[in-house]
Amino acid sequence: MSHFPGLFNYWIVIFLMMAGFYVVISQGNLVKKIIGLSLFQASAFILYISEANVDGGHVPILEEGITLYSNPLPHVLILTAIVVSVSTTAVGLALIVRIKETYGTVEEDELQEIDNAQDEADTPDQKQQIAEEKEI
Amino acid sequence: MNPLIWLPLTPLLVALTLPLCSRWPNLREGITLLGGLGLFLLSLTQYLSAEIPSELILATPLPGYPLLFRPEPLGIAFSLLVSFLWPITSLYAVGYMRGHKEKNQTRFYVFFALSIAVTQAIALSGNMLTLFLFYELLTLMTYPLVTHSGSEEAKKAGRTYLGILMSTSIMFLLLATVWSAQLAGTLEFTPGGIFPDTLTSLTLNTLLLLFVFGTAKAALMPFHGWLPQAMVAPVPVSALLHAVAVVKAGVFTLLKVVIYLFGSDLVAGLSAAEFVAYLAGFTLVTASLIALRKDNIKARLAYSTIGQLSYIILGTMIATHSSVVGSSMHMVTHAFGKITLFFCAGAILLATHKTKVSELDGCGKQIPVTIGLFTLAALSTIGLPPFAGMWSKWWLLQGTVETEHYLLTAALLLSSILNLAYLMEIPLRAFLKPAQTATPVYQEAPLLNRTAATVTTALCIILFLLPEQLFQHFSMLGGG
Amino acid sequence: MSLSLHLPVLVILLPLMASPLCILIDRARASWLITLIASLLSFYCSVLLLQQVQITGTISYELGGWQPPWGIEYRIDLLSAFMLILVTGLATLVLLFARYSVEQEISKLRIVPFYATLLLAIAGLTGICVSGDVFNVFVFLEISSIASYTLISMGRDRRALNAAFKYLVMGTIGATFILIGIGFLYMHTGTLNMQDLAGRLPALYDNRTIRAGFAFITVGIGLKLALFPLHLWLPNAYTYAPSVVSALLAATATKVAVYMLLRFLLNIFSLDFSLDAMPLDLILIALGSTAIISASLVAIFQVNLKRLLAYSSVAQLGYIALAIGLANHSGLTAAMLHIFNHALMKGALFLSLGAMVYKLGDAELHSSQGLIRHMPLTSVSILVGGLSLIGIPGTAGFISKWYMIQATLELGLWPLALIILAGSVLAVIYIWKIVESIFFQSPPSTVAVHEAPVSMIVPMAILAAANIYFGLNTHLTVDLADSASTLLVMGGGQ
Repeated sequence: MSHFPGLFNYWIVIFLMMAGFYVVISQGNLVKKIIGLSLFQASAFILYISEANVDGGHVPILEEGITLYSNPLPHVLILTAIVVSVSTTAVGLALIVRIKETYGTVEEDELQEIDNAQDEADTPDQKQQIAEEKEI
Repeated sequence: MNPLIWLPLTPLLVALTLPLCSRWPNLREGITLLGGLGLFLLSLTQYLSAEIPSELILATPLPGYPLLFRPEPLGIAFSLLVSFLWPITSLYAVGYMRGHKEKNQTRFYVFFALSIAVTQAIALSGNMLTLFLFYELLTLMTYPLVTHSGSEEAKKAGRTYLGILMSTSIMFLLLATVWSAQLAGTLEFTPGGIFPDTLTSLTLNTLLLLFVFGTAKAALMPFHGWLPQAMVAPVPVSALLHAVAVVKAGVFTLLKVVIYLFGSDLVAGLSAAEFVAYLAGFTLVTASLIALRKDNIKARLAYSTIGQLSYIILGTMIATHSSVVGSSMHMVTHAFGKITLFFCAGAILLATHKTKVSELDGCGKQIPVTIGLFTLAALSTIGLPPFAGMWSKWWLLQGTVETEHYLLTAALLLSSILNLAYLMEIPLRAFLKPAQTATPVYQEAPLLNRTAATVTTALCIILFLLPEQLFQHFSMLGGG
Repeated sequence: MSLSLHLPVLVILLPLMASPLCILIDRARASWLITLIASLLSFYCSVLLLQQVQITGTISYELGGWQPPWGIEYRIDLLSAFMLILVTGLATLVLLFARYSVEQEISKLRIVPFYATLLLAIAGLTGICVSGDVFNVFVFLEISSIASYTLISMGRDRRALNAAFKYLVMGTIGATFILIGIGFLYMHTGTLNMQDLAGRLPALYDNRTIRAGFAFITVGIGLKLALFPLHLWLPNAYTYAPSVVSALLAATATKVAVYMLLRFLLNIFSLDFSLDAMPLDLILIALGSTAIISASLVAIFQVNLKRLLAYSSVAQLGYIALAIGLANHSGLTAAMLHIFNHALMKGALFLSLGAMVYKLGDAELHSSQGLIRHMPLTSVSILVGGLSLIGIPGTAGFISKWYMIQATLELGLWPLALIILAGSVLAVIYIWKIVESIFFQSPPSTVAVHEAPVSMIVPMAILAAANIYFGLNTHLTVDLADSASTLLVMGGGQ
C-alpha cells in the first residue's frame, strides 16, 4: 500500500472515469448522459497531467539555475483534448435541444417508446399493403 | 481477333440486339434463328478446320489464374451440341411461345440467348476459375426464364432453383476450387490431373466430394430438388436448358474435374468416387421409381433427366476408359433423346392442352406424328437399338462390368426397365387405350414444333449409325 | 515544383480550408461546387502522392519544418496512399451525386453548413490517413467524428437525432479510450511519433501499462469501426442519415477506422505482439465470425433497404476483422482488398438507394417494387452492387472473398472458410429479396417516376462499373494490397 499516496492522482482518474462511465450508462436523461461523458473525458485529462509531473521537477519555464523541468508536452496535448471535449459536449447539447424540440422530451426511455411506436407505424402499413396486393 | 471469342459472342450479340426490336416479333425471332444458325455454322467450321486456336485469355482477375478459353474434345462436343440445338429450339420456341400466347417474349429470347452464350463459355473453359465464373452466371441467366410466368408458383420455384444451385456452388464448389488452387498452385485443366502425388487420400476424397456436391446442376441426390421445380418454365426452356444446357453443364463440370483436375487414374482409386458412384446408382433407381409415379408429363421427364444424369456421374466416377467414354457419349445421346421428349410434351400441350399422363388416353390417333416421335425418342432414351442411346449405355455397362461393380450393373439394368415402364406408358395409353370421355377433335401442333422434334429424332438415329466416330472422338479424352 | 513537396498536407488543407469558405460565401450552389472542387483536387493530390510513393518509397513530411520526433510528422507509405485514394475518390463521387439529393433532403437553411461539415469530415478522414503521430490521429479522428454526428443528425427523419446522439455517446467513449491508451503509451515511451514508438515499444512488451494501453486503443478503435458487438450505433445512424452521408460514411469512415486498427496493431505494435503474444487474433476471428453470421441473419429480416445494407456493413466489417485476425500475409492482403472492394460496393448501393429516395421518397422494400420499369439504371446498379456483395465471380467482391478463403486454408482453418462462404449464402438471400422486388414485382400503379438526373446516375454508374472492372482486372488493387501488407507484416521498419 506504500504506493497508494504516490498514485493518488491515478486513483482519482479511475474514480472519475468510472463515475462518468456509470452516469452515461445508468442515467436516462440525455443531459445527465452528456455530463457523465464530460466527466469521463475529464478523467483522461488528469491522467495526462499527472504523467507530466517529474519528481522534483520545476514549472517548465526557462529559468537560470534550474535543470529539471516537468514535461510540458502533455499539458499542450491536453489543451487540444479539452477543445475536442468541449466541442463534443457542444454538439451533444445542440442535439439535445433539437431532440427536445421535435420529441418534446429528453428522457431516453420515452424517446425509445416514441421511436418504437413510429417504427411500428411504419411496418403494419407494409403488412397491410402486402395483404392488399395478395387479395388483388 | 481470336475466332474462339465468337462462340460466346454471337449469342451475346443476339441478346443485345433483341431488345431493340421488341416491337417487331418477326424480326426478333428472325434474328434469334439467324444467330443460332450462324453460331452452329461457326462452331462447325471452327472445329472441323485444323487451325483452331489453342487458347484465348480473356482477362486475369487473379495473378496466375486467368479467364481462359481452351477447347478440348469434351468441350468441343458440348459446344457443338448446344450450338446445334439452339436454332432448333428457337424454331420450336417461336411456335410454342406464339401458340401459347406467352407474355414478355422479348425478355424470354434475350435470356435464352444469354444462357447459350454462357454455356458456350462453359464448354470452352480452360481452367476451373473460368468454369466456376460461367457456372454461376448460368444460374443467374436462367433464373428469369424459370420465373418467366411471374406467378407465385414460378417465384417459389425460382427461389428453390437459386437457393439450391447458388448455396451449393458457393459453399462447396468455390471452396473446392480455392482449395485446389492452394494445393496445386494452378487450376488449369491438364490431361492427367494437376494434383501433386504428395496429397493424402483424405484430402483428395474430401475434395472430390466437395466438387460433386458443389455441382448441384448435375442433380445428384440429395441436391436434385431444383430440377422438378424448374419445370414451371416454358417448355423450350425445360427442353434446351433443363434437359441439355444447364444439367449438362453440371455433368460436364464433373467430367472436367475428374478427367483434367484429378485425372481418371487417380479417381479410380478413391473411395469417395466409389461412394459417389453408388450414390449415383441409388439416385438413378430412385429417380426412375419416382418418375413412374408422376402423372404430370414434364415432372416425369424431369425425374427421368435426374436418373439419366446419374448414369453420367456413375460412369465418370468409375473412371475406366470405357465408362468415361460412355459418360461423355451419354451427355450427347441423352440430349437428343430428352429434348425430343420435351418437344413432344410441349406439342401435346399445344395441341390438346393436356399436361397429365392419365389424360392422354386415346389421343394417339388424332396427333399420331407427335406421339410417334415421342415413342422413338423414348426408345432412344431407354437405350434400345436402332437409336443412339444404346451406345452410351453399352459403354457404361461395360465399365461397371470391367470394374466388377456388379451391383451397379444391376442398377443400370433395373433403371432401364423402369425407363421402359414410365416412358412407354405414354404412347401405349395414347395409341391403345380408348378415350375415357368423348373428346373434342385435336389438331396436331404447329408445323414448326413438329419439324424441330423430327430433326432431333433423326439425330438419334444418325448417331446410332456412327458409333465408331463417337467412340474415337471421346477416346481422345484418355482415362483408365 | 515546390508545391509537390507539400502534397501530404495539401490533401488535408484543401477540404479544411474550403469549409470556412463555404460559410463565408453562403450560397447553396456555390458551396456544393466548392466542396466538389476541393475534394476533386484532394483526390488529384492523392493520385500524385501514390505515384510519388511508388517511385520514391515512403514520404516523410515535417509539419511546420519541425523535425520529428519533436515536430509532427506526416508519413505516407503505400497503405496511406491507398486509403487516401479511397477516401478522396469516393468523396468526390459522392459529392458529384450530392447536389440534387441534398437539395431535396436537407432544408434550405442548412445546406451551406451541411457542406461545410462534410468538408470537415473529409479533412478528418484524410488526416487520419497521413498522420505519423498518434496524438494527431486522435485529433483528426475527433474532427471527422464530430462532423459525422452533425451530418447524421441532419437526416429528414427525426429519429436521425436520436441515432446521432447515440453515436455521439458511443463514439466519444471510443475516442476517450483511444486517448487514454495513447496516454499510457506516452507514459512509458515519451514519444508520440509512430516510428519512434515502433522503435521503443518492443523492449516494453512485457510492461503492464503498455499492455493496458494496447487494450484501451483496440477497444476504442473497435467502437469506431463497429466491430461486433460494438456496432450498435451503426444501423440507426446509417438508416436515418441523409443518403449522401450514409454513402460517404459506409464507404469511407469505417474503412478509415480499420486503417487505424492496422496501423496500431501492425506498425506501432508488431504482428508478433498484437496477434500472437496478446490473444487478439482469436478475439478478432471470433468476433468477426459472429458478426458475419449474426449481422447477415438480421439483415435478411429488414424491410428498410438502408438498414438492411447497414447490417450487411456490420457483417462485411466482420469479414475484414476475421481476415486481420488470421495474422498472415494473405489474410492482410484480403483485408485490404476487402476494404477497397467493400467501399466500391457499398458506395454503389447506397448511392443507388439515394437515387431511389430522391425519386420515391423512401428506401423501403415495398417502394422498390418494379423499380426496373421506372429507373432501369438505378436498378441495374443495385443489382451489380448486390452481386458484388455476394461475391459472384467477375465482380470485385469475389476477389476479396477468394483471397480470404485462401488465407484461411493456408492456415488449415477450414471451418472459417465455411463461415465466410455461409456469409455469402446469407448475402444471396438478403440481396435476392431486393432483386426479386425490383425486377420481378409489378410496380404500384400510383407511382409514375423517371430515372434520376444525370449527375446522380454518373457517379453511381462509375461505382457499379468499378465493381466489375476491379473484378476482372486486379493488377492495381491486388498489387497495392500485396505490397502494403508486405510492409505491414515486416512491421514499422520501412
